[in-house]
Amino acid sequence: MTLYNKNIFETVRMIEKENLDIRTITMGISLLDTIDSSGKKARTRIYDKIMRLAKDLVKTGNDIEDEFGIPIINKRISVTPISVIAAASDDKDYIAYAQILDKAAKEVGVNFIGGYSALVQKDFTESDIGFINSIAQALSETERVCSSVNVGSSKAGINMDAIKMMGKVIKDAAYLTKDQDSIGCAKLVVFANAVDDNPFMAGAFHGIGEGEAVVNVGVSGPGVVKSALEKVKGEPINVVAENIKKTAFKITRTGELVGREVSKRLNVPFGILDLSLAPTPEIGDSVGRILEEIGLEACGAHGTTAALALLNDAVKKGGIMASSSVGGLSGAFIPVSEDEGMISAVKAGALTFDKLEAMTSVCSVGLDMIAIPGNTEATTISAIIADEAAIGVINNKTTAVRIIPVYGKDLGDTASFGGLLGYAPIMSVSKFSSADFINRGGRIPAPIHSFKN
Amino acid sequence: MKAIITVIGKDKVGIIYNVSKVLSENSVNIEDISQTIMQDYFTMMMLADLSQIRCEFNELKDILEKTGDEIGVSIKIQREEIFESMHNI
Repeated sequence: MTLYNKNIFETVRMIEKENLDIRTITMGISLLDTIDSSGKKARTRIYDKIMRLAKDLVKTGNDIEDEFGIPIINKRISVTPISVIAAASDDKDYIAYAQILDKAAKEVGVNFIGGYSALVQKDFTESDIGFINSIAQALSETERVCSSVNVGSSKAGINMDAIKMMGKVIKDAAYLTKDQDSIGCAKLVVFANAVDDNPFMAGAFHGIGEGEAVVNVGVSGPGVVKSALEKVKGEPINVVAENIKKTAFKITRTGELVGREVSKRLNVPFGILDLSLAPTPEIGDSVGRILEEIGLEACGAHGTTAALALLNDAVKKGGIMASSSVGGLSGAFIPVSEDEGMISAVKAGALTFDKLEAMTSVCSVGLDMIAIPGNTEATTISAIIADEAAIGVINNKTTAVRIIPVYGKDLGDTASFGGLLGYAPIMSVSKFSSADFINRGGRIPAPIHSFKN
Repeated sequence: MKAIITVIGKDKVGIIYNVSKVLSENSVNIEDISQTIMQDYFTMMMLADLSQIRCEFNELKDILEKTGDEIGVSIKIQREEIFESMHNI
């Protein structure tokens, strides 16, 4: 046989027992050519374009899943940031844009559509301000629309006025979706250094510099990495790094194959492959458990940041060797409510908010899916975003905040979001006020790129 | 198109017979076959050529899965490329 039996067996085991999957096929669609001074016309064009390009996305994904025998969990769409598209429209009815995206998403059968977004890392346009103020309502009145706002970049600095606004937007979204444990906030990401080609929700959008349409693929497999590490118990840490790298290589190769096949069948160019260890609440699909396998009693113990740094870097190295199309975020996600190991680490008191913040300086994104008390001040949430943006902007990496101040809940309670979004114990945040800091507004200047220490 | 068929489960009489019967009925040629015990599982792997196949890939997949259920083993069919891409540069 051209292939060794043990290789075939290994692949089958990865899929069957270790939850190797293609986490998402995300079609990026440019909406730049739908811009019109009539909002109504623009929205009709948006709808028509999504329907035309993405009508076969779900079916193609399902066909490939059957033929290759690898699960493709999500099929999604990302579009050009709507703040850009809607800026020219006469009616400034941003909610109507959200609704048309939601309608198109439902009709083509994708579970999320990303791009209800604004890029305000340096400053706002007048339209941006109106748009950002519409986000909370848009998230509460739609089911599948995801929103993101980029508030800082290493080139432009940090827009503190935008950060101040986002604290309030998050509180409003929490209130407007209070009947579902404030789930609106789970669909809203505040970025620094956002990337244009990320296929993962809720932060996906189709960047301005991207092409007409593109297929981006997100692969995952925390369970595969964990199993691979079980075979090197007690070995030096460089062996751990090597082992993660090899595993990441294999996972990435699979993703590239699927991405190219989807692209061929839909006749849409293949964009990037994002190898991100994206956990789910299921047993055997946790990044927290990988960190524990490396030698920590619980995720959050001292040493967690170092172990995560090693993991994130090794994943990137393996991925980049395996494919020339690696992009997006690529690394290890640490969304608390979506990770079985992290949920139990929080419950055990091992993993705190402050430790998570430290971890975000070396993970692939940021503070993700963290439930906090519903009565947290908007300015405190803004300050959390500012801290996170600072980590990203100073260190030239993407960071993000997806935080849920669960309305009516407090320490000791658990918020439940359902499905892949999981559930999370409410975590405590500082009781001390950051209001005067946030209320200053203005901009943190772009950082110096020399004299690094 | 080529595919790899994997059978994993407890060894018993007639596994190869049952699988190759389904393949033959659908005009699928077996190019290579091997079986072994791996990590306590009986595993059989077949390399099959689907260029003359008389049904849809999905139909064959369903029939094989059903056959597997009947004889108490797991039978999977996957396109060969997924293994090639993962293990060969």
